[in-house]
Amino acid sequence: MTAALAAVEFQSNWFQVLQSPFLRNALIGGSLVAIAAGLLGYFVITRQNAFAAHALAHIGFPGATGALLIGAPVTLGLAVFCVGGGLLIGLFGRKVADREMATGTILALATALGVLFASLASANASTTTSVLFGNLLAVTTDQLMIFGAFTAAVVLTLAVLARPLVFASVDPAVAEARGVPVRALGLAFVVLLALTITMAVQVVGTLLLFALVVTPAATALRLTARPARVAAFAVGLALGSVWGGLVLSTMVNLPPSFFIVGLAVLAWGTVLAIAGRGSRRGAAPALVDPPHPH
Amino acid sequence: MTRQDPVTQRDPARSTDERPPALVLEGVSVARGGRTVWSQGTFTVRAGAVVGVIGPNGAGKTTMFQVALGLLPAASGRIEVLGAAPRRGNRRIGYVPQNYTAALGEAIRCRDLVTLGLTGGRFGLRRTSPAERARVDDALRRVGAVEYAERRMSELSGGQQQRVAIAQAIVDDADLLLLDEPLANLDLRNQQEIVRLLGDLHRDRDVTIMVVAHDLNPLLPVLTDAVYLLDGHPHHGEIGEVVQEELLTHLYGTPVGVVRTAQGDLFTRAAWPDPHRGAFE
Repeated sequence: MTAALAAVEFQSNWFQVLQSPFLRNALIGGSLVAIAAGLLGYFVITRQNAFAAHALAHIGFPGATGALLIGAPVTLGLAVFCVGGGLLIGLFGRKVADREMATGTILALATALGVLFASLASANASTTTSVLFGNLLAVTTDQLMIFGAFTAAVVLTLAVLARPLVFASVDPAVAEARGVPVRALGLAFVVLLALTITMAVQVVGTLLLFALVVTPAATALRLTARPARVAAFAVGLALGSVWGGLVLSTMVNLPPSFFIVGLAVLAWGTVLAIAGRGSRRGAAPALVDPPHPH
Repeated sequence: MTRQDPVTQRDPARSTDERPPALVLEGVSVARGGRTVWSQGTFTVRAGAVVGVIGPNGAGKTTMFQVALGLLPAASGRIEVLGAAPRRGNRRIGYVPQNYTAALGEAIRCRDLVTLGLTGGRFGLRRTSPAERARVDDALRRVGAVEYAERRMSELSGGQQQRVAIAQAIVDDADLLLLDEPLANLDLRNQQEIVRLLGDLHRDRDVTIMVVAHDLNPLLPVLTDAVYLLDGHPHHGEIGEVVQEELLTHLYGTPVGVVRTAQGDLFTRAAWPDPHRGAFE
């Protein structure tokens, strides 16, 4: 007990550690992920894709362990499985209920495959742990190049698709009638999401991914409903969580995942408490129509 | 039948309108999943009509809209919408789907939703222009939604949400409005206000309006025509021809009575068994 607690100790040299190359990589990698995840969060929420996002992270698990099995880069394995799984989920109807069942089933199969691959590859526990919980501090320069390419792809594609994607996400029936390619946009979105999750899994891990992809946007949505502002706030919150989490983890010499997730959840809880009180007082939903002036 | 339209004060059968008909069906049948929904649809909705689309559940009222929107091809026959073949993304049609407001959460402001009706199909990053913002403002003003335009859809009541939905449908100056059950889940006063709004839109812009409705009564003040789906076929008639006890009773499969007031208004009510008239024989 004493030994376990002894690990939590303030590191007086944390500022020097922060300037080391591996932390510089972590900072850049984490920031790239935060940008992509923050931008996509609004769509994940409005498209009711939160479960799919969570599932995609799990679907990446066999990709990562499979890559270890055949000696391929982990990022590649993750990307192939996430994009493939995303397209598979995207092809299952628009009805949320159908999609949930398909997603859950694919998720279970993927996790089972992941465990199988992990034991076949005789991957040690720490490799599996780093897939499940992320290891931002182990991000290599090669990974950074891939992260940069993925984030650039997400940002540029969203710049082109943003408006029709908002339309198709919040108002699919009218968007379809207006000629917006709702289905194609849905598949494009799922690919962007898969690329982002491929990165995010390596930062916060399969199990904690929600905190970067959904939580910052959920927090931002409490503050504003304007899509561009939600995206901006969510990116800001995600960046703040990653940066703050890295600094805190350096200070006490513990893995950053907890601190990144903790800060994101703290922001969400704070805004929820404050905005919740505000909306109850000020902008309460109108239950009764006021008489309409004519 | 030369009844004066109480809202437009125009003869509904006037021949001065040179626009092509809003909707023409010739021997149209539609199928979904291999099953014929309805067939032998042959009727014309003239430009400037306000048409109630009525019929029992599952008769294919929404399907008729989907055909007009080009979302569902006809299995046979010829269709013309505003003088051309139906095509997806026809900007001259404004559409408010059924259960519209239920699908929208708190992630969008009313104003932004209306703006999407104008610019939502546009790819790339271009800000909404001042001219476009002015059109959005105008649409919000016409439906009376200015005061809550900056609020989220989820914060509004059903009637307010329906107004915003209609604003989105008219913001691009549609010539034909397709409204699927716009009065569902609204209380009586809100129903009447939406109906009055439809009357205003019709009078100001002379748009053609087709309204799917379960209950004709609240809409009667503005309707000029009706399309009724009966026994698997669509039929069209002027509203006075449609509001008749025998037809409505057959249509709904339950006794319906018609009352004509001194003002010429028509009302339908459930007719109860009347031993003196033998309504159930």
